[in-house]
Amino acid sequence: MSEQRSRSEAKTDAATEVEVPKEPSMLLQKELISGHFDKLAEAHERGQKVVYTFVPGNLTELLLAFDVLPVLPEINALQAGMRKKSGAYITEAEKLGHSEDVCSYVKCDIGMARTGLGPTGKKMPPPDMLLLSYTGCFTFMKWFELLKQEFPNAEVAMLHVPYQGDGIVTAEMRDYVVKQLRTEIVPKLEKLTGKKLDEDKLKGLLERSARAEEDLVWVLESGKHHPSPIDGYFGGVFYIGPIFTAFRGTEEGEHYYKVLREEVAGRIARKEGPITPLGPLNDQRYRIVVEGPPNWTSFREFWEMFAVEGAVCVASTYTKVGGLYDFGFRHDPTRPFETLSDYCLGCYTNLNLPSRTGMIAKYVKDYQADGFIVHSVKSCNSFSAGQLLMLREIEKRTGVPGGFIESDLVDPRYFSAANVKNRLESYFQMIEQRRRGGVGAASEVSP
Amino acid sequence: MSVEAFECFVGIDLGSTTTKAVVIDAAGTILGRGITNSRSNYDLACEIARSEAFVDAQMSRLRSALEADPVLAAHAKVLGPSLERSFRHRQHLRQLATLRRSCLGLSGETEALRAALTAILDEMQVLAERMFSGLAGADAKKSEFFRDIAGAQFQKLAEGKAEPKKLPYEDIVGVFDKAILKVENEPDDLTFEGNAREALDRTLDRYGKQGVEIRAQALAALDDLLAHPPVTRCSVGTGYGRARLPFPKAQIRSEILCHGLGAHAMFPGTRTVLDIGGQDTKAIQVDGDGIVTGFQMNDRCAAGCGRYLGYIADEMNLGLHELGPLAELSTRRVRISSTCTVFAGAELRDRLALGEKREDILAGLHRAIILRAMSILARSGGVMDEFTFTGGVANNPAAVRALRDLIAENYGERRLNISPSSIFTGALGAALFALRDAQTADAAAGEAAGADTFQEAQA
Repeated sequence: MSEQRSRSEAKTDAATEVEVPKEPSMLLQKELISGHFDKLAEAHERGQKVVYTFVPGNLTELLLAFDVLPVLPEINALQAGMRKKSGAYITEAEKLGHSEDVCSYVKCDIGMARTGLGPTGKKMPPPDMLLLSYTGCFTFMKWFELLKQEFPNAEVAMLHVPYQGDGIVTAEMRDYVVKQLRTEIVPKLEKLTGKKLDEDKLKGLLERSARAEEDLVWVLESGKHHPSPIDGYFGGVFYIGPIFTAFRGTEEGEHYYKVLREEVAGRIARKEGPITPLGPLNDQRYRIVVEGPPNWTSFREFWEMFAVEGAVCVASTYTKVGGLYDFGFRHDPTRPFETLSDYCLGCYTNLNLPSRTGMIAKYVKDYQADGFIVHSVKSCNSFSAGQLLMLREIEKRTGVPGGFIESDLVDPRYFSAANVKNRLESYFQMIEQRRRGGVGAASEVSP
Repeated sequence: MSVEAFECFVGIDLGSTTTKAVVIDAAGTILGRGITNSRSNYDLACEIARSEAFVDAQMSRLRSALEADPVLAAHAKVLGPSLERSFRHRQHLRQLATLRRSCLGLSGETEALRAALTAILDEMQVLAERMFSGLAGADAKKSEFFRDIAGAQFQKLAEGKAEPKKLPYEDIVGVFDKAILKVENEPDDLTFEGNAREALDRTLDRYGKQGVEIRAQALAALDDLLAHPPVTRCSVGTGYGRARLPFPKAQIRSEILCHGLGAHAMFPGTRTVLDIGGQDTKAIQVDGDGIVTGFQMNDRCAAGCGRYLGYIADEMNLGLHELGPLAELSTRRVRISSTCTVFAGAELRDRLALGEKREDILAGLHRAIILRAMSILARSGGVMDEFTFTGGVANNPAAVRALRDLIAENYGERRLNISPSSIFTGALGAALFALRDAQTADAAAGEAAGADTFQEAQA
């Protein structure tokens, strides 16, 4: 990895730049996302309605069918985190009385809401509706309760998606969600916009979603190549950006995934790895599967800790929180309500521990990983609970070692770089030592 | 007799509290150990620990040489320790001289303060002579640092010199606190090579008639040793400050690996290692070859680590090494709920105010720190047999007792291994990695040479 620069150089960059050196598709992605924030800023001036909703279980196609613009609060929070603005917003929320232990996405979002601005500094319109698609994260519900206090004029709609407690989706579960969509969500959106639902438009959007999903899965599964042409975690969060936010079902979204797929195909042909903050990672020493979201406030530094060791993330669960496409699901335009229900039911956040465990174990095997790392987020109770049990079980099933690190989503106070780096270094060295069989038998010394 | 020229391998563990160095030979046998306080100047700490380890290594080589000599063997048991004491005496006096210089330099114009300092340092000089006299009970423990020994003496003597209003105790001790930093930041150039002869001379002088008889032979043994200085073939660094060590990345190993291997080397039956260091607690699982199979460390908080005890010692105005023995006197353990260092300090004061005994509170504090370690052990996969406890806290009898009890309660019977030199586990592991790296390099070179020969034969 001759392109890799020294730590101190990299550190200087991290302080001055916000984002990471780009693959061409990353530039396109950035353009899309910031374009969306620009559009949002003037939405109300154009007479366009704005609906706040969450990434897991988002009903983007349905919203776009009504010409409504979605706002994803957790995306706003993570964008603020990457731009080093979250600390101040969290402090603001704590001044309002929110405890230190509350999900830092929530606090960042609440603090930001008070400013009336979004993460890019553009105006953020207040919600015309809070659409809660409840997919496993209890905090989402509380979050919108709080936002309702901030924005008392917002309409509220809730889609209750049953938890996959038994690891399966039954016909009754699907029917239950479909019924809510028809009798609760659609009527509320019709009332909000004053329009009838145009089912053909919805089907057209779903068709484009399915095509983009096909390309996305192709890209994510390219991590099975040696060397992996993608980083399925740090790079992956860029890849999922459009489809997990406002671009599922859009032409721009579909186009983005075509461009991305071509770009990745090029790297496979040239046997190249992904571009990391330290340059292209072609010499890949460790193939890693990652569970849990990244830390956003030190995103680049965190990625560098992997890249500097030659570690590439071949697959991750975080890139599935907004939809689990690599296990076969595609939006089906012929059954719009059923397919939206299946989508919501299948989100990673809605899976039980055995399903998550099985999924990671499968990734470890399918992607020929040398190990897997759990990044545990202390303020995210619904997601972190059980992660150590998962770790043990996956180790048992796959025979590869698991690593465990802890920090936070967007609270900069909870990223202890020295500790995280120390654990990661130790972890990678452990894999190396096991691989080399300990470099000869240990010499024995009397105590 | 002759001493073979030899290669040695060095491991350095740059910890947050102390820096340790271990020197081993090509068979993996420990030759020498060195330890010093880690200070703001890591390079210096590293250098001091390394040079101490080399002095220790040369001492042990000399002892071996004496033992191997038919005439000198009978005297080795006396000469060895005496020589070592003589060396350490000299080192202590040097540090004391630096302390005196720097204390007087810092004392300013106040005549009373200067007089008090001079008197204290004079008395410390006397104490130094007594400490290294070799009389039973007079010896300073090797594990104690100059800072601790001198600090304890200074404080005690300062109490006698202080006068209310005229010369406050804090003023006198304040000078020491600054002066000791200067002592610690002065490189220690007491090499074996430069001082061994004089030390041996002195030792033989004190040995009376026997010293005269064996003098020529003993000095010849030393000269032979000096003619074959140790050569460092390879060094490996570990510990929190490892990035600061002047080694290439390939020669840096994480302390997890080093503690695993070091513990395995000390106790080959080890399967679980607990290391409680200054700022982190590590639970490590190793296989039968000392290869790490899993580990957990304390998360984003360093509560329950060695520093916790350091803080408590300061709060109680005790030396760190006094805590454990005092807690051992407890008859009724006080329950301390907080593992947060600062909160535990508050709890401690609160309990003292309520009239609880110091030893009972201390016993509770030791249990609190071990409870925290138990949770990390559980995370790492539990406690297997055999279980090896390493790090500075393993020298603390009260911590060991709490650990033993809690392991029996939670996991049943486990063999608990603690080496008296457990603080060197990480450095030993690093030294063994240095040895293995050299062996791997040799094997690779051997293969390459073999390939060349083969090619030549083909040609």
